[in-house]
Amino acid sequence: MMANSDKITKIVLSLAAFLIMAVAGGMIYSLVEGSIPSFRVFGLNFIFSDQWDPTESKENYGALPFIAGTLMTSVAALIISLPLSFSTSLFLGEYFRGTRVARILSLLVDLLAGIPSIVYGLWGFYVLRPLLTDMGLPNQGYGVLTASLILAIMIIPYATSLSNEIIAMVPNDLKEAAYSLGATRLEVIQTVTVPSARSGIIAGYILAFGRALGETMAVTMLIGNSNVVPSGFFSTGNTMASVIANQFGEAEGLKLSSLIAIGLLLFLITGIVNGIGKLIIKKMTS
Amino acid sequence: MMAFILLAGCQNSGKKTGSSGQGDSPKLTAAGATFPLPFYNMVFKNYTNETSIQVTYGGVGSGGGIRSLKDQVVDFGATDAFLTDDQQKEMPAEVVHIPTCIGAVVIAYNLEGVNDLKLSDTLLEKIFLGEVTKWNDPLIKQVNPEIKLPDQAITVVYRSDGSGTTHIFSDFMSKISEKWANQVGTGKSLKWPVGMGAKGNPGVAGTISQTPGTIGYIGSEFAFAQKIQTARVQNSAGEYILPDLASISAAAKGSIPDDTRVMLTNSADSVSYPISGFTWIILYKEQAYKNRTKEQALGTVNLLDWLVSEKAQGEAAKVHYAPLPADAVIKAKAVLKGITYNGEPLLK
Repeated sequence: MMANSDKITKIVLSLAAFLIMAVAGGMIYSLVEGSIPSFRVFGLNFIFSDQWDPTESKENYGALPFIAGTLMTSVAALIISLPLSFSTSLFLGEYFRGTRVARILSLLVDLLAGIPSIVYGLWGFYVLRPLLTDMGLPNQGYGVLTASLILAIMIIPYATSLSNEIIAMVPNDLKEAAYSLGATRLEVIQTVTVPSARSGIIAGYILAFGRALGETMAVTMLIGNSNVVPSGFFSTGNTMASVIANQFGEAEGLKLSSLIAIGLLLFLITGIVNGIGKLIIKKMTS
Repeated sequence: MMAFILLAGCQNSGKKTGSSGQGDSPKLTAAGATFPLPFYNMVFKNYTNETSIQVTYGGVGSGGGIRSLKDQVVDFGATDAFLTDDQQKEMPAEVVHIPTCIGAVVIAYNLEGVNDLKLSDTLLEKIFLGEVTKWNDPLIKQVNPEIKLPDQAITVVYRSDGSGTTHIFSDFMSKISEKWANQVGTGKSLKWPVGMGAKGNPGVAGTISQTPGTIGYIGSEFAFAQKIQTARVQNSAGEYILPDLASISAAAKGSIPDDTRVMLTNSADSVSYPISGFTWIILYKEQAYKNRTKEQALGTVNLLDWLVSEKAQGEAAKVHYAPLPADAVIKAKAVLKGITYNGEPLLK
């Protein structure tokens, strides 16, 4: 009896695992297959060309504007959110751990994660953008910076909640040992808490970065959707996810294939970011 | 999100077509352009009430409509841009076009205190190519001497998604400006020299209404329904025409080819609004394909015959489309009569 149920569990688990592998594999397969026509025409130049001309009869596609837009907004969002989310996780996991105010704050941070991205987009469009325009931002407030600010707010909960939990898990013995040697609270954080929670904190930020890479709706509403390499943070641009969402509906032929190729590139970039993250974690824990 | 809608649309239509031919009244499925969606939604519902034949229309975009017809998962498709000869060749069989109503592309703007802007060919060219960048440019003043124009930058807003609206607009621009034709060209999506994109008519309209100094183009059905302020556009007779159903319908006067594949932009008629265009339903000329029953084919053709009839056309204005003029109806009926089932015409 026991052996039998064990067997069933094993089969169910392997089936589930296999299914996930099949889905991931199927996705990669269809992305690769769909993007072949585009790569056949443009070659590797597709990645480095800043041309995106969908006009019939002179179609010419390059992914650089969108790769640049995606990396610029995501990196900027990560940098902007870093001080905010890091201090929040220290606040929650170290300074005010277990207090009522921490519980409320933690609830609010989790709430941020639950807000649909279209709502962030609307808020950015109607509130943040006019505010930035009043502060003198060009292009009526549309552009890379505005999109990055919205992304930064959106990824705070992802970066915060993981690092906060890891920080809270740092063994008390370690910290008490440091205190008994006369360390101040800041010194304890610098020399004990952060080093031992480092891999978890980094994992949180990688998760947040991945989220920023793929975010679509809120970015579309704020970045200006001009298919050129942004000349700076005040300029308008477009991202990989956003151009796919915008143009997929009416795309066909070479354009459709190019959009799928952008999807494949986004997939690869996300994969590389995760890989680097894993590597860093491995290096730091060993 | 678009992908999901598209997939859902296709799956849905595939299922429906598959389950038809059970002997009872046929269920018709179609997919395509979003531009005529309000019109189709309304008249197809009326048709169902009248005949108890169910018609499902998925607004998946013109490209999606052509793809669905190509994959033979719908009874008919719908598109704002007629199939080019090359596109015709890619289809598995000959496709015919039935015009169903006329819409237009209006120019919307956001300028404080200005409500009667006039735009000449030259102004449209220079604004949308980014050569005139300030609202108080002498060229704009010249055409609009009675308006006090602000010292403000011009922000061009265009459709970031592929769209029949963009196609009609750029077709008009290519006709009035050689420079535009060479530099930008005609298409559902373009390489824009200046400005920023917004998604769909609601996106462009929302961006313009929220952003001072903007100018952009919007589908007339949306602009009229939302009562958006629009500019007068100079037509080929030199008149500045405000878009309304009468001036849009006037664009279809004149010669229409037998296959109805014609762009109505820059019409020669002196009272016509120049950025107007047909929207079409497309279907296979030979309806006996992929195990379709004759009932299914007859149901399709009957619906389309009814769609160009006075009864359905009379409803168009309710949802802000201009009805087909008599010439166009005659041509459409002739095309419908040419549709066959195993070589035999379906309509008498």
